[in-house]
Amino acid sequence: MFSFEGFLDLPMIWYVLIGTAIFLYVLLDGFDLGVGILFLFAPTDQCRDSMMRSIAPFWDGNETWLVLGGGGLLAAFPLAYAVIMPAFYIPVILMLLGLIFRGIAFEFRFKAGRFRQVWDYSFHFGSLLAALMQGIIVGAFVQGIEVSGRSYAGGSFDWLNAYSLMTGVAVIFGYALLGATWVVMKTDGQTQQWARQSASYALCYQALFLAIVSVSMPIMNADIRELWFSLPNFFFLLPIPMISLVFLISIWRDLHAGREYRPFFLSFGLFLTGYLGIAISMWPYVVPFEITFREAAAAPSSQSLMLAGTAVLLPVILGYMGYVYYIFRGKVGRESGHEGAY
Amino acid sequence: MLENLDPVLLARIQFAFTVSFHIIFPSFTIGLASWLAVLEWRWLRTGNPVYADVYQMWVKIFAVTFGMGVVSGVVLSFQFGTNWSILSDAGGNILGPLLGYEVITAFFLEASFLGVMLAGWNRVGRRLHFAATVLVAAGTLISAFWILSANSWMHTPDGFRVGGNGLIYPTNWLEIIFNPSFPYRFVHMVVAAYLTTAFTVAGIGAFYLWRGRHIPHARVMLGMAMIMAIFVAPMQLLFGDMHGLNTLEHQPAKVSAMEGLWETTTGAPLLLFGWPDQDAEVTRYALEVPKLSSLILTHDFNGEVKGLKAWRADERPPVAMVFWTFRIMVGLGLLMIATGLMAIILYFRKRLFDTRLFQYWCMALTPAGFIAVLAGWFVTEVGRQPWAVQGLLRTEDAISPVVGTSVALSLAAFVVVYVFVFGAGSYYILHLIGKGPENGEADYGGQEAAGSTEVYDAEREKGGRHV
Repeated sequence: MFSFEGFLDLPMIWYVLIGTAIFLYVLLDGFDLGVGILFLFAPTDQCRDSMMRSIAPFWDGNETWLVLGGGGLLAAFPLAYAVIMPAFYIPVILMLLGLIFRGIAFEFRFKAGRFRQVWDYSFHFGSLLAALMQGIIVGAFVQGIEVSGRSYAGGSFDWLNAYSLMTGVAVIFGYALLGATWVVMKTDGQTQQWARQSASYALCYQALFLAIVSVSMPIMNADIRELWFSLPNFFFLLPIPMISLVFLISIWRDLHAGREYRPFFLSFGLFLTGYLGIAISMWPYVVPFEITFREAAAAPSSQSLMLAGTAVLLPVILGYMGYVYYIFRGKVGRESGHEGAY
Repeated sequence: MLENLDPVLLARIQFAFTVSFHIIFPSFTIGLASWLAVLEWRWLRTGNPVYADVYQMWVKIFAVTFGMGVVSGVVLSFQFGTNWSILSDAGGNILGPLLGYEVITAFFLEASFLGVMLAGWNRVGRRLHFAATVLVAAGTLISAFWILSANSWMHTPDGFRVGGNGLIYPTNWLEIIFNPSFPYRFVHMVVAAYLTTAFTVAGIGAFYLWRGRHIPHARVMLGMAMIMAIFVAPMQLLFGDMHGLNTLEHQPAKVSAMEGLWETTTGAPLLLFGWPDQDAEVTRYALEVPKLSSLILTHDFNGEVKGLKAWRADERPPVAMVFWTFRIMVGLGLLMIATGLMAIILYFRKRLFDTRLFQYWCMALTPAGFIAVLAGWFVTEVGRQPWAVQGLLRTEDAISPVVGTSVALSLAAFVVVYVFVFGAGSYYILHLIGKGPENGEADYGGQEAAGSTEVYDAEREKGGRHV
């Protein structure tokens, strides 16, 4: 039976890989969910057309990272998948329903005549619901999951509390920031101007929520407090909040200096530091604070088989996804609106 | 009230509902993607604009169908965990990598190049656009490969051992991936998808011919579809038979249920119709063809066929459902073969495209493939019961520790949302069919006449605000 167990720390590699896949999902679907969140607030239908066209070729690929996150979790840490999914049964299903409403809106809106408004609402509220539920899941996740034996042992609504609602709203504003900076990059004229404004608002809220989460997590959990504030950890980890602060200020200045590309990529950076902060706090758990990634690891042979495929195919996937972004580079023009099936 | 609901039954209904809803779309898009690739290839080779027009019409329908397939498929990848967490935990070592491979080999490929296929007509060169279509088509087939491998493993598990902790561990990946029922199921399903597409396209083509619209396009549609009906529909009968014999070897109880046979019999009759009664353990009102079942299953008039009573009552599948859906599937398959025969006769009489009766016939068979695919899946999945993984894990033991209320409410939500989505999707597809292919719409590189859309835009500029 083939296995890389002898010379590779498979659970560790997969912990990092799954973490990366989920992070890429958050970034990539984050900006197109963000476009959906901002959608109804756009000044004209033409703005909405441009916004939707700017993400139409990408949304499906972006959402595939979510499937990889779910499928990868099942493959690499089946026990974690088997505990987390029942624990977040209701928010996961609501998120999926949200994703359905926004996903179909892409195809339907471009074909709708009379009912276009219905798909505008479907797109907006679907994106909003998906983002809210993802944020709630994160907020509930960091508070820990009740486990007995190999199963979830909590109730149906353990995920719902003030804190998880707060993180839900935080993720909505975070995605709105990604979406707005994306629109700044991909459009011009009136749409861009409006998106710049929206990005500024979203950035302020994002800063507020980052501060709340950064302060509240160490207060809520003694281990996390110990991790971040004991010496010498404190000095090693200090750059993470510092870099966040630098990103926040730079995005603000760039937005007001008329820059088009940098705010979007700096927002990526802001998400990276935030994500790293949470990831470090959760270490080494895959089901906090009950099951570590080593306890949940799939059989070495299963992890090895997946690793072989991933090592070969992930660079290829990143390559052709990048190529598709390259094909559809540049601003979305009005005239490109009747291309092909769109 | 909701507390008393049986979560196992609800979870099964919910999964049956979401997976049945989902399979409608892939069984259409697998065939459609391959057909679009053929159309675009014919266009590039011949330069005949009719092929490009037909491509442009169907790629829009493809987009709507594919979108619905994606959103309903994402749901499934989470339901293994939300509804069947014990199965995920016990079988994760095997099923996880198979599903993981589906994502990294197929989903990313389809999702990325779908964007090029749909929005790239004027943006990339012809060859690259064709390559995108071919890659999407390949993606649908690769996706079918892995998901059917995982599904088949649950029917005919192989290459594994059960650990002391009850978890299933892989011992041989090739035996797992190419488990005994997989090659048969894969061929049977892919061919079924091709036939589903062919009969849908044939129905729409016949509709245009009947209405006297888009004649050159309609001839391409009906003509190409009939090639499939003539050559592929009879092959499907053969593949189905081989799949059935494979099931007889590995899941004989399922075959006994398909036959509605309760007593182990030599020279078993084939039941054309009947009413299987699970409690009384008989099939009532049976209309029999003597010895035919033995002949089909054992290739011997007096071969022995096992009856359902050979298994304990709690190890038998629900017989009536399997019995009936099997007959629906086979009946539709036979109608498809008959369509192919009619097409041959009409073709040689040079009446293929202008026989009214044949046009009605094809229109009536438009949904035949979908119904046959669903019926076939009901046969195989209901026929596996009471097992989630044949012989290893019973369905009632595979369920998540969730309360019936959550499952019931989410089931209700899925039903409401899916009815809405399906209704809207059907509405737009019918709209696209009503519009039909447009001549010269596919002119490469040239922007189409923008006049009408400009007016439309100007109108919208006035009252666009939602908030």
